[in-house]
Amino acid sequence: MTRHQKEIIIKNVFFILSLVSILILGLIVVFLFREGLPLFREVSLRDFIFGMEWYPTYSPPSYGIWPLIVGSLIVTILSSLIAVPLGVLAAVYISEIAPPAIKEVLKAIIELLAGLPSVVLGFFGMVIIAPWLQETFDLPTGLNIVNASVILAIMAVPTISSISEDALYAVPNEFKEASYALGATKFETITRIIIPSALSGISTAVILGMARAIGETMVVLMVAGGAAALPESIFDSVRPMPASIAAEMGEAPFRSGHYHALFATGIVLFLMTLAFNLIADYISQKFKEVGSATL
Amino acid sequence: MENNHFDTEIIKTKNVNFYYGPFKALTDISMNFEKRKVTALIGPSGCGKSTLLRLLNRMNDLIAGARVEGEVLFEGMNIYDPEVDPVEVRRRVGMVFQKPNPFPKSIFNNITYGPRLTGTANKLDLEALAEISLKQAVLWDEVKDILGRSAMTLSGGQQQRLCIARALAMKPDILLMDEPTSALDPISTAKIEELIDELKKTYTIIIVTHNMQQAARISDKTGFFYIGKLIEYNATEKIFTNPDVKQTEDYITGRFG
Repeated sequence: MTRHQKEIIIKNVFFILSLVSILILGLIVVFLFREGLPLFREVSLRDFIFGMEWYPTYSPPSYGIWPLIVGSLIVTILSSLIAVPLGVLAAVYISEIAPPAIKEVLKAIIELLAGLPSVVLGFFGMVIIAPWLQETFDLPTGLNIVNASVILAIMAVPTISSISEDALYAVPNEFKEASYALGATKFETITRIIIPSALSGISTAVILGMARAIGETMVVLMVAGGAAALPESIFDSVRPMPASIAAEMGEAPFRSGHYHALFATGIVLFLMTLAFNLIADYISQKFKEVGSATL
Repeated sequence: MENNHFDTEIIKTKNVNFYYGPFKALTDISMNFEKRKVTALIGPSGCGKSTLLRLLNRMNDLIAGARVEGEVLFEGMNIYDPEVDPVEVRRRVGMVFQKPNPFPKSIFNNITYGPRLTGTANKLDLEALAEISLKQAVLWDEVKDILGRSAMTLSGGQQQRLCIARALAMKPDILLMDEPTSALDPISTAKIEELIDELKKTYTIIIVTHNMQQAARISDKTGFFYIGKLIEYNATEKIFTNPDVKQTEDYITGRFG
């Protein structure tokens, strides 16, 4: 066998290997759509997405997932509002400001946070945060949007912080030196040079953190309260899409309307995460400076 | 070192020792740098010439474990006095680095980065300043129509002249250059050398170079360093034709280094 033939074989082996993961992903998507789409023989797309009532076991059933979508979105947005500043600022502190000893301790703690099983965090939300919320704000239940958002934020912080940190480390030292040499202070260098240079990476971190929050199942199942109704305040209970799917799939008869509705909910969730990723991609392209010249 | 007239000297080091942790990088350096002259610092790699350059605008402060002994007097004031703000020093002593390092911003924003820090916010002022600085760095004609474009799209030589313009926009008294042409092609190098010749009418320039022909071409005075010590500091012509110290001659003629 000639060297050239070997090269061709190696090339093709790698191509096939990379194809496998794409193929598996493709099959999952096909399966998701095959099980979800039959729902629309019973319900119109509009009634499904914007329907206000989720009573899948009633007779006749109604499959409106708008409250579920709103539940997912509001929990994701609120948790991002908490997690993004925390995660990004923690990353800035760790990569640019902290003395080496503190840096190591902080990194270890954040990694530990990332390793906590979501069910443990959910348990914490149920036993510690829920009673506290209930007493402090005099609520009927502490299992609500705020509780779920706080726990999801705790889960998203390590993702946001570690990816942002990588992006910040990747900012060339030359930029920092140039900034200091022009008489910039550390704070000015961080806000005007380091963070803007790392912005594409930081946006990716934020979006991935949000994707983590929107797809998270166990926490919202345990602490969001499970009410499939449009919330009126952030202290109301909600039923985000993953919680609904996880809670009901075991009870839904195989290939019943309910079963198809849950898969269709899965499709919506999938499209939303896909949208998040496309946005992340778009933002990171937009902030990327064109051309690299000699650098 | 014989020149002590205050009106011609702008910055000088007095018995400076410098350490990176336990390693002593500079030993007892006393040097006067003259106003509106080009001073070249030469010597083999690791001799401490870049370290000395970075002492003059306190860039070594950024290195953990670095320590300075002695005084660096800038117009009579010791810049290592605890009262002195290094940010203030760096605004008056500009620096150009070995590798062109424009910010990943537009050409205009690169030039106006420094002035904006000091509070110049008026758009017309900034535009005028950008034009003057780019003209001084002989880059204006090449970039005047693309000021909004990313500085990263320029060639290496253009980037380096942009970095010089960026430093000039701060209207510094001294311009430190750390091997500014070592990453450039010969044509870009020639342009930068011409530029230095022009700039010395207004600025005091201290340049570290590995290229001895370059030192001979552009500098008025040359200091030769070896293993952290200043071996000889003299007029460039003397250093390159008839040096006082044998070691200098050996280095310049290529017998070591």
